[in-house]
Amino acid sequence: MAMKKAFDAFAGPLSRSNPITTQVLGICSALAVTVKMDTAVVMTGALIFVLAGSNIIVSVLRNLIPSRVRIIVMLTIIATLVIVIDQVLKAFLYDISKQLSIFVGLIITNCIVLGRAEAFALKNNVRESAFDGFGNAVGYGFILLLVSAARELFGSGTLLGYRIVPDFLYVENGGWYVNNGLMLLAPGAFIILGLLIWLQRTVNGYTED
Amino acid sequence: MKGLRKYLDGLSPHFSEGGKWYRFAPLYEMVDTVFYVPGNTTTRAPHVRDAVDMKRSMFTVILALLPALFFGLFNIGYQVDPGSGIVQNLLAGAVAAGPMILVSYAVGGLWELLFAVIRRHDINEGFLVTGLLLPMTLPPEVPLWMVAAGISFGVVIGKEVTGGTGYNVFNPALVARAFIFFAYPGDMTGDHVWSLADDLTAATPLAVAASVEGGDAVSLVTSAGYTVKDMFFGLIPGSVGGTSTLAALFGATVLIVSRIANWRIMAGGLVGMVGASLLANMLAPASQNTMLSLPPLYHFVMGGFAFGIVFMATDPVSAAQTDRGRWIYGILIGVLCVMIRVLNQAFFEGIMLSILLGNAFAPMIDYFVLRQNIAKRQKAYDRQ
Repeated sequence: MAMKKAFDAFAGPLSRSNPITTQVLGICSALAVTVKMDTAVVMTGALIFVLAGSNIIVSVLRNLIPSRVRIIVMLTIIATLVIVIDQVLKAFLYDISKQLSIFVGLIITNCIVLGRAEAFALKNNVRESAFDGFGNAVGYGFILLLVSAARELFGSGTLLGYRIVPDFLYVENGGWYVNNGLMLLAPGAFIILGLLIWLQRTVNGYTED
Repeated sequence: MKGLRKYLDGLSPHFSEGGKWYRFAPLYEMVDTVFYVPGNTTTRAPHVRDAVDMKRSMFTVILALLPALFFGLFNIGYQVDPGSGIVQNLLAGAVAAGPMILVSYAVGGLWELLFAVIRRHDINEGFLVTGLLLPMTLPPEVPLWMVAAGISFGVVIGKEVTGGTGYNVFNPALVARAFIFFAYPGDMTGDHVWSLADDLTAATPLAVAASVEGGDAVSLVTSAGYTVKDMFFGLIPGSVGGTSTLAALFGATVLIVSRIANWRIMAGGLVGMVGASLLANMLAPASQNTMLSLPPLYHFVMGGFAFGIVFMATDPVSAAQTDRGRWIYGILIGVLCVMIRVLNQAFFEGIMLSILLGNAFAPMIDYFVLRQNIAKRQKAYDRQ
C-alpha cells in the first residue's frame, strides 16, 4: 500500500499531472533553456537534484518547521541546494553553466520546487516525498528534452550538437534547406509546448474544468 | 450541368451514413455545394432568406482578389523584362507564382480535409480565400517548401487549434505569412527576394526608404526610380499580389458594394494611417530617421498597406464586430502600421504585424464598446 502511494507520487507527474503540460508551471525556464539540447539536459539534472533534495529535507523537517515561517525555511533550503548545484556546474561544466547563466539561480523561484515542498513534502513521509520530487523533476525534464530536441532539430539541424540535417542540403552549400529561425525565438518554444499539450490532452482525454 | 447533378446524386449514397466512403463525406459536401446551392433548409425560426451563403461570399472575395492577382502576375513579368508584351509578362508571372498558389491550395487543402474527416465537420469555406491570400502576400521567389510549411502552420496553428473557421483569433493567411517571415527571414526580406532573373535584384520602395539614415524619404524613393504613379499602379517589386493600390481599391469596391467587407474598417485604417504619418512628418526634422519624413500618400501606395487593409484586416472572423469597434480597430491598425514602418526598421513592412496586433485587440475593443453601450442605456433607464 505504502509502496503504491510512493509509486503514484513518482508516476503521476510523468504524464497525468505533469508540472509543465498539465499544471503549466516552470514555463519561464522551459522557454529559456530549450534552444539547445545540452543546456536542457544539464538543467534537467540540476532540477532533479534540487527538487528531490528539497523534498527530502523539507519532509524530514516537516514536524519541526513552524508553519508561520515555513515559506522562508523552505526557500532557505531550496536556495542552499541551488547554490550548491550552481557552484558544481561552474566547477565542472563551465561552458554550459555560462549558457544557462541566470536560469540555474532562478530555480529558486521555480514554482514547481516550492509548490511540491508546500503541497506534498510538508504533509508526507520522506520516501513518498523523495519519489514525488524525483517524479516531478523527471516529468519537467522530459518535456524540456522534447521541446529542446524539436527546437534544436528544426532551428539548428543538430541534436546534442551532432549534425542531423546533412550539410549538403543547405542553401549555402547548393541545396535548398534553410533552418527555421522561429524555433530559436521564444515563440517557437511556446508553439512546440502548445503542440505537446494538445497531443497529451488528446491521448489522455484531459479537459479543463 | 444536368449531367453533373446526376453524377453527384449517383455518388451521394456512398457518402451518406453507412456508405463505403462515409468518412470522406466532407469532400463530397464540398464539391456538391461548390456547384449547387445546398437544398436543405433550416427547420426552426429564424429563417434567413438570402442566396448568399458562406461559399458565395467567399467566392465574391476571390472575385475581388482576381484583379490584384492578375496584375501581380503581369507585374512579375514586367519587373524582369519591361520590354516584352502583356501576354509574355503574364505568362512569366504565372510560371513564377502559379506553383506557389497550387502548393498553397494542395497542402492547405490536405490539412483541411484531414481535420474535417477527424472532427466530422464540413470543409471550411474560408480556406478558398486563405489559400489564395497567402501566396499573394509572399515575394515570388519564396521556395515552394516554405509555402507548404507556412500554409500548414497557418491552417493548423492559425485556425484548427482554436476550433476551425469562425473560432480563429487571427487571420490564418497572416499567421502563415508571419510564420514564414520569422522562420525564414532571409527569403522574405533581404537582398535576394526579388531575383527572378539572375542579373536583377531590386529592393522594394519601403526597403529603399528605410535603408539610409538622414535625408528625405521622398527624394530617396524617387532617386531609386519609383514614382508615385508606378507605385499606385503597382509596377514595383513586392509581393505577388500586394503591390498594386489600384487593384486593391477595385477589390475594396467589390467587397463594399456586396457588403462582404465592412467599409468602416477600411476607412478607419486610412484615417489612422494618415493621422499617424502626418504626426511622424511633424517630428521628422528633429530626427535622423528617414522614414519619419514619408508623407501619407507614399505610405498609402508603398508596400502592402492597401492590400492588407482591404483584404486582410476586414476578415469577418478576426475583425471587430461592432460598428464603433470597427472604427477603433481600423484606426488602430492604421496607426500601428505607420509606427512599425517608421520606428522599427527591422520590419519595414508593418501592415502584417499591425493587422495581427489588431486581431489580438479586436475582442477587447468589442467588449468595451458593448459595455459602454450597456452603461449608456442603463443611465438613460435610471433617469426615467
